[in-house]
Amino acid sequence: MAHDLPVELSDAVAVLGAFPVLAGANLTVQRGEIVLLRGPNGAGKTTLLRLCAGLIELERGRGRVLGHDLSTDRWAVRHRVGLLGHANGLYPDLTVTENVAFWGRTVGASDAEIAAALKRMALDGRLAEVQVSRLSAGQRRRTALAALVARRAELWLLDEPHAGLDAAGRDELDEVLRQAARAGATIMVASHELERAGTLATRQVEVVAGQVRDLGATS
Amino acid sequence: MSGTRRAFASVRATARLIAVKDLRIERRGRVLTNQVLPFALIVMVMFAFALDSDAVLERVAPGLVWLATLFSTLFVIARSFAVESSDGALDQLRTSGAPSAGIFLGKALALMVQLLVLVVVLVAAAVVLYRADISWQGGVLLVTTALAATCGLAAVGTLYGGLSAGAKGRETLLPLLVLPVVAPVLIGATRATESAFGTNGIAVGEGWPWLGLLVVFAVLFSVTGAIAFGSLLDE
Repeated sequence: MAHDLPVELSDAVAVLGAFPVLAGANLTVQRGEIVLLRGPNGAGKTTLLRLCAGLIELERGRGRVLGHDLSTDRWAVRHRVGLLGHANGLYPDLTVTENVAFWGRTVGASDAEIAAALKRMALDGRLAEVQVSRLSAGQRRRTALAALVARRAELWLLDEPHAGLDAAGRDELDEVLRQAARAGATIMVASHELERAGTLATRQVEVVAGQVRDLGATS
Repeated sequence: MSGTRRAFASVRATARLIAVKDLRIERRGRVLTNQVLPFALIVMVMFAFALDSDAVLERVAPGLVWLATLFSTLFVIARSFAVESSDGALDQLRTSGAPSAGIFLGKALALMVQLLVLVVVLVAAAVVLYRADISWQGGVLLVTTALAATCGLAAVGTLYGGLSAGAKGRETLLPLLVLPVVAPVLIGATRATESAFGTNGIAVGEGWPWLGLLVVFAVLFSVTGAIAFGSLLDE
């Protein structure tokens, strides 16, 4: 469904416990965009990402992700998005290849697709057979992103992806995300590192008190 | 391929994928061999010290084997879900689109394999420490009992491990949830093992009805788990 918008939220309300974390959020994201979500702690950025990943319920309002209704079809959403939070979602005892292959196989990826994902993240060399527990923070992040590629994620939802990375690792990550967007992925990034993420993003939105305000395209 | 057949194939493929992954992680981490098995053996030795009577030990050996198995099972379950939650892999599993029944069956299968290894070692320890005696027919009953009991324990362990995975205080919550539910396994496996060991002159034939209880338990929790696991993971 190539014509479906990656994200369409209209008056979306999401509740954690009794507290409405998203209180009537409106957001539309176009295919291939890199959207920076900015805002203070507790504003609802992570909840917005998890809502788009189909991990939490849409309490009220309307929401569609990649053409699937968030109220009735959250399972279908999950198959097509990749959520990378503060953690990498990797198994430290497995090697880079084993991790990427495992996540790829969950959606039926072929050996060739897994090899391509490793190559795209420059993990097909000597790092391929190294256990994840022995990797640097940047290399782990790259492995996690390779897993998203192998899982054929069309919408990448990244929560503070630069956290824990040194300057070189951050540059490397930004380049990987730009490449992914050029290859057709849509990316939403929640970040406090406005200067860095601002240069990466094609558009910025501000999340404040559960509301989303469009700040427009970045120059 | 029909929709139902495709769904079953997907569940089977996911179960295999998860089981292989969990067993590979165990092979690398060696938690079972380096921590759980030594703990289980220490429990067996402590029982021997505490009871300090060959006659009593021979009589209670089957129960001690399964008690040690149950206590050790809690560690194996906790480990099985710790690998999922330590680096956020559980969220990735939720968004992977893999069928939850396949995830459940794969984790249960890996757990069962580990528990079988544990039971083999504990039965060997009972033979050495408590002088348990096993005939050929008793051996057949014992193997079948071990398969059914570990299947039931693995199903319950995976079900409640998934339920408590995201909960606060999961380390203490897990035993509270699991131990009361697996009481039928403890009773059935102990009675069947008594028959296999010939404890107090009990005939091997008397153990088979208890095996029936273990099979019913294993099937019930395997089916329930495969159906309910998706909702539990979402909590």
